[in-house]
Amino acid sequence: MISFDPTDNSVQARAWYRRMALEQMRPISRKYDEQEHALPVEWVDYYWNHARAGAPGSATGPSDGFVQVCIQAEELCFGDAALYLRMPTAALGGSAVAATGTPEQRERFLRPFRESTHPIWGAMAITEANAGSDSAAIQTTARFDAATDEWLLNGTKIFCTAGEGASQVEGGFVVVWATIDKSLGRGGIKSFVVPAKTPGMRLVGLEKKLGIRASDTATLVFEDCRVPSGNLLGRPPKPKSESETPSEGTRGGDKGFKGAMATFDASRPIVAAMAVGVGRASLDFLIEELGRQGVALRFDAPPREVTALERDVIDMQAELQAARLLTWRAASMMTRGKPNNLEASMAKAKAGLAVTKITQKAVELLGPVGYSKKLLVEKWMRDAKINDIYEGTQQINQLIVARRILEYSSSQLR
Amino acid sequence: MIEFEPTEEQTLIVDTVREFAASELRPLARESDESAKTPSELLARAHELGLVANSLPEEFGGGGSRSALTGALVAEELAFGDLALALAVLAPSLLALPVADFGTAAQKAALLPELIANASCAGTLALVEPRFDSDAYRPRTRARRDAGGWVLDGAKCLVPWLFGVRHVLVLASAGESLAGFIVPSDAAGLKVTPEAYMGVRALPLVELGLDGVRVPGDARLGGETSPDLRALVARGRVGLAALGVGVARAAFELARDYAKQRQAFGAPIATKQAIAFKLADMAIEIDGARLLAWEAAWKLDRGEDATREAALAIHQVRRVALEVADGAVQVFGGHGYVREYLPELLLRNARGFACFEALTLV
Repeated sequence: MISFDPTDNSVQARAWYRRMALEQMRPISRKYDEQEHALPVEWVDYYWNHARAGAPGSATGPSDGFVQVCIQAEELCFGDAALYLRMPTAALGGSAVAATGTPEQRERFLRPFRESTHPIWGAMAITEANAGSDSAAIQTTARFDAATDEWLLNGTKIFCTAGEGASQVEGGFVVVWATIDKSLGRGGIKSFVVPAKTPGMRLVGLEKKLGIRASDTATLVFEDCRVPSGNLLGRPPKPKSESETPSEGTRGGDKGFKGAMATFDASRPIVAAMAVGVGRASLDFLIEELGRQGVALRFDAPPREVTALERDVIDMQAELQAARLLTWRAASMMTRGKPNNLEASMAKAKAGLAVTKITQKAVELLGPVGYSKKLLVEKWMRDAKINDIYEGTQQINQLIVARRILEYSSSQLR
Repeated sequence: MIEFEPTEEQTLIVDTVREFAASELRPLARESDESAKTPSELLARAHELGLVANSLPEEFGGGGSRSALTGALVAEELAFGDLALALAVLAPSLLALPVADFGTAAQKAALLPELIANASCAGTLALVEPRFDSDAYRPRTRARRDAGGWVLDGAKCLVPWLFGVRHVLVLASAGESLAGFIVPSDAAGLKVTPEAYMGVRALPLVELGLDGVRVPGDARLGGETSPDLRALVARGRVGLAALGVGVARAAFELARDYAKQRQAFGAPIATKQAIAFKLADMAIEIDGARLLAWEAAWKLDRGEDATREAALAIHQVRRVALEVADGAVQVFGGHGYVREYLPELLLRNARGFACFEALTLV
């Protein structure tokens, strides 16, 4: 059945997170935009103590599943996208562990997020200076030391979201993508859980950014960083010395590159929902401000009376809603266990671009009020832009969509 | 629960209509555009399928399953075949649905049995006016009370006028409200002039001149209840949005298939990012626009005011249908510009959504 009616659980969760957004996040938005690398302690502590367990609601009753997760992300990013990224959670690192880890690994790495006495973070480290969207080109290596039954990681990772918290605070971890054999290409890429404070992992820098400044974007260096063999996510690959067919080698023991890429099918709708949250912050404010100035928006205005302003705002609303519905569709397919690679990229491509434009337009339409740092409209424009870049740029998502609709492989459409 | 899967029944209907559009509409698209004619046999076959009758009340011989959402699904599939023929096939609903929704018992009894049983299109609707600022909510055509009846003055255009029209529902301003009047097609003072447009050429359209057209008091749709028909505008916009999505999908699929087969520099042009990304954007925009149309339709089915959602959906579709059709012409290159292929026809049809109002209803 086609329905746009959220379950009671979603309605309650939306209200609960909206309140948190307005009461806990908005008041400190500007402060941590300006104190770029400071830890937003009041938010981190609030989240850890009051929000970590999720919205109070009935575990029974129908659920919108993954759509509800998107609704939560939208509400919190309606509050502040940077503070959302700074929440003490396992984040993308947790998604990787949940998607590709063994039950034992899930228990070992995720339990602290329930039981730790202090806030901790998880993170995912994929990007390198010369490997962004082309993640198969990563140069960080993992070498197996049979004598100690450990993996040795060497390389440098950049743009690691929540990388400061995840690498420096005991109990957290960073999931690091590295190749165990460059000759295998993508097939050689595995993911390794590196617990915070592991010797050989160093935090060497935090980016100064256009927006989402309260989010710690870390550069991490790995120098003979040793992790136990059991920290390779999934079942371990067979040692190379044993005879094996190349196809087994490329699959490895775990889900490998494909498994890691599949986590994007889950994360892209969330990033799209985050984008929608930032866009809504801008658009809601714009409409409220116009209302305060006596400008009512009409959906039934006589054509010759429709103002350019009204037309722009209608366009922004249509674009935002199209992005939101594409996001929910991709999420709904996840809930149903249907492959959503195409739909996840559609949602991400649409939301990233729509929200970039919506937030830029809001600054334009509000004139000096929008441009001023007295309000948050200019910040939302800066915060929004990242959504068209991270978790796959606009162009990478277009490429994925194009391959799917044309039924082309990655070698047929490069 | 937020869901995006049509029901089993809807899927069955969609499959049937898709098959009908592929076998009956698409093959006629070019020929009927060139001849500017809708074959009357097509209307008969559509009538057999019950596309319109299905959503009309059972007590008058209809199927009784009214759903704007199902209507939107059907409209998209038909327009995927051909927009002009889709509008023709759905035209019987233009009078039948407003009568079913707003009519008095007497109006229903007088009109619905014929509208449902008859394969020809006995009723139509006139909303758009021949002005740059035609206003769906505030027509310049006015209705004033006179000696227990009504007198209508004004002009209408883009009025579907298939063979057999006996009544036209004229939407006019009665004071501040949007009112409908059931006018016999041979009423004194009603002047019917055939029109031709850039697109939807197969659909017979007329301009109506209303010069002191007198109708009795019970000709007002809904009679003494004096219903405000603003909701009809939303129903039209949702139907049109769904049709626009169908046009865009037709253009997209043609462009996609052509790009995979057309060779340049030793490879299909679809292997170039300039083409592939354009196609990707088309696919994304079409899906986004469809979901907006669905949401508006869903809201109508809940009996809620869908003015806003319908406005957003049609706003988006006006842009998307045009851009995608234009993109298809561009992907086809010179072949897109010649009438041997369909993209140029789709571009002409897509432009029409800028001025269409209530040319179909859900």
